[in-house]
Amino acid sequence: MLKYLADSLVYTLIGAHPGTRLGEALDFFFYDTMKVFLLLGVIIFGVAVIRSFFPPERSRKLLGNRREYAGNFLAACLGIVTPFCSCSAVPMFIGFVESGLPLGVTFSFLISSPTVNEVAMIMLWGLFGWRIALIYVSTGVIIAFFSGIVIGKLKLEHLVEDYVYRMRMRETAMAAPTWAERFAYARDYTKDIIGRVWLFVLIGIGLGGWIHGYVPMDFVLKYAGPGNPFAVIVAVLIGIPLYSNAAGTIPIVQALVEKGLPMGTALAFMMSIVAISTPEMIILRKVIKPKLIAIFAGIVSMAIIIVGYLFNAIL
Amino acid sequence: MKIEILGMGCSNCNKLYQNVLEAVKQSGREAEVTKVEDIKTITGYGVMSTPALVIDGVVKTTGKVPKVEEIKGWIK
Repeated sequence: MLKYLADSLVYTLIGAHPGTRLGEALDFFFYDTMKVFLLLGVIIFGVAVIRSFFPPERSRKLLGNRREYAGNFLAACLGIVTPFCSCSAVPMFIGFVESGLPLGVTFSFLISSPTVNEVAMIMLWGLFGWRIALIYVSTGVIIAFFSGIVIGKLKLEHLVEDYVYRMRMRETAMAAPTWAERFAYARDYTKDIIGRVWLFVLIGIGLGGWIHGYVPMDFVLKYAGPGNPFAVIVAVLIGIPLYSNAAGTIPIVQALVEKGLPMGTALAFMMSIVAISTPEMIILRKVIKPKLIAIFAGIVSMAIIIVGYLFNAIL
Repeated sequence: MKIEILGMGCSNCNKLYQNVLEAVKQSGREAEVTKVEDIKTITGYGVMSTPALVIDGVVKTTGKVPKVEEIKGWIK
């Protein structure tokens, strides 16, 4: 359906010729743009409705003071459905630690929350198919699970700022929202997200279309293909400062995969974009000491690098 | 009436603050509007997601920016 729309738009309306570079690039651009925006609208709305059932106050109660392993897994899953913004990281962290949740379990939550990013998931779904999107989500949960366990085993409680342990959090009894309120929330949330990412999506898809039509086939293969053993590490290092721009980078990555970039390297690259964000680190500094921030970033980067090599070997 | 906006200075907190000011102006009620950035007070209200809106000590919303109309409904 969308393919037909894109084809008729480019070849009939604009009059480009099929098989030419310009025609191919334009077709690619319009097809992907329509697909991605359709998915963004529908899925973000759905995700927001689900999220309206899991405010962090509720996740805190669900986690209770669960111990390691089971707690890490549940925290990693709740991290996906609980709405998260880095500006709430501090009260969330305090809320979890104060309720007696082990530090490692708290970190499983803090890692999965940004790592499994709905915009990234949708872009992967739209451009690579649902299998890759599913692999991305489950990998995010696994990384959050194991990184949290490692942080728990390292016994780093002394690296949390002392005042956190002296905080007391009152229970709030908030009325559950009505369905009308949930839908209103979801509508605003969808508008907000699309408003923030649409430009990056267009630029990304545009660049991707250009690469698709103009960059020679073996170009990427030469530099970042399976022949380069450091490609995953370099990809992760490049991805870390690109935080929050998953929307714009995934279409470019897709075009690069077509030109020979291995899937594991591509996945590692985009996970490093969403998982490790500088603003979040700066905000977390208010509750944890710099050493713990460094350990946290180090463990997550390591986990992503391992996953990248693993997928390069098996995918 | 005492209205507090809880949040550690994110852009949504400012949006909520502006909405509250607008709602107060439109409703013509007397209200003392303050931004609360102190984490102890924020957690004291049991709030884990910001921005949150507290009216006369009661938490009205957390983690979202309610519209001016909605806020007007609470301060009448």
